[in-house]
Amino acid sequence: MSTGHEAATNAPNAGEYVLHHLGNLNSSGHPQTTMVDFSIINYDTVFFSVVLGALGLFFLWRVARRATSGVPGRAQAALEILIEMVGNQAKAIVHNEQSRKFVAPLALTVFVWVFLMNSMDFLPVDLLPFLWQTITGNPHAYLRVVPTADLNGTLGLSVGVLLLCFFYNIKIKGLGGWIHELFTAPFGNHPLLYLPNFVMQIIEFTAKTVSHGMRLFGNMYAGELLFLLIALMGMAFPSMSPLGGSLLWIGHLITGTLWALFHIFIVVLQAFIFMMLTLVYLGQAHESH
Amino acid sequence: MEQVFGNVALACGLIIALGAIGACIGISLMGGKYLEASARQPELMNELQVKMFILAGLIDAAFIIGTGIAVWFAISTFLK
Repeated sequence: MSTGHEAATNAPNAGEYVLHHLGNLNSSGHPQTTMVDFSIINYDTVFFSVVLGALGLFFLWRVARRATSGVPGRAQAALEILIEMVGNQAKAIVHNEQSRKFVAPLALTVFVWVFLMNSMDFLPVDLLPFLWQTITGNPHAYLRVVPTADLNGTLGLSVGVLLLCFFYNIKIKGLGGWIHELFTAPFGNHPLLYLPNFVMQIIEFTAKTVSHGMRLFGNMYAGELLFLLIALMGMAFPSMSPLGGSLLWIGHLITGTLWALFHIFIVVLQAFIFMMLTLVYLGQAHESH
Repeated sequence: MEQVFGNVALACGLIIALGAIGACIGISLMGGKYLEASARQPELMNELQVKMFILAGLIDAAFIIGTGIAVWFAISTFLK
């Protein structure tokens, strides 16, 4: 299980290859064995998400700095479409002029950031891990390049949205108003219903946050696994007959291309859904029952 | 151990298959309704299309999460 791949002497079997690719470069030096361990930091997730976030910000800043009211260039036109789209969605969902000044740019940032992180899936699955193994000289070095295929990354984002929901709940309704709502919605204002109301609110917040993060994670994780399995199909050819092997190799090219094309759709769609749900949850924080 | 692996393999198949059935029925119902609605009111097409894609992503999510968990079971047991 702990043996890596890329060793010239013995090729890994399928399970070892996939497992090695699902190991994070973390502070403990080996893949996490327990389900929950807060002492471990996944360096690769942190690194790639921060670098991609900075890259996205830099790109948006550069286009914004060169923006002209004359004939827009292609980058400016694309960004204008994007900003208008996000702005319209924000207007339709968050009915508060004051908070929209923060929420709409937040939604744009979330969309661009999640899109860039998801897009790391388009790089060949072995490219960056192989480069990393070459640089470090350790053929068993771990590296995962898709930050959103790591549950820590996506749940981090959704917990951030949850905290913002708390913030806007308190800001709009006041601390007292929000506590009042926690105990009187959704069933009604009656001392007997205080406890069921509160339990329902806790369940609602938990379910919203967990499904928000899990949805993005599940899509990206399954996509990454399929890319790995397709890569395995291409790797199987030395061990088979020339005809079967070459057919498999061609098959891996075809299926890999098809899945990559379909994955473009999933990547954009999931980034969009993540942004929409962020807006919807923040919009709910503005509505009082 | 082989018995356990066999059961896990069957379970993975069931997780993926049942999830796929549900997601496909959901998508087909929604797609059919979308086509009906846009045949009735073509001017709503673009607006409805955005909503349809969002819902497609939401419908897919449970299935995709199930697939991820099933494959995770698979590679941590019988594919290891």
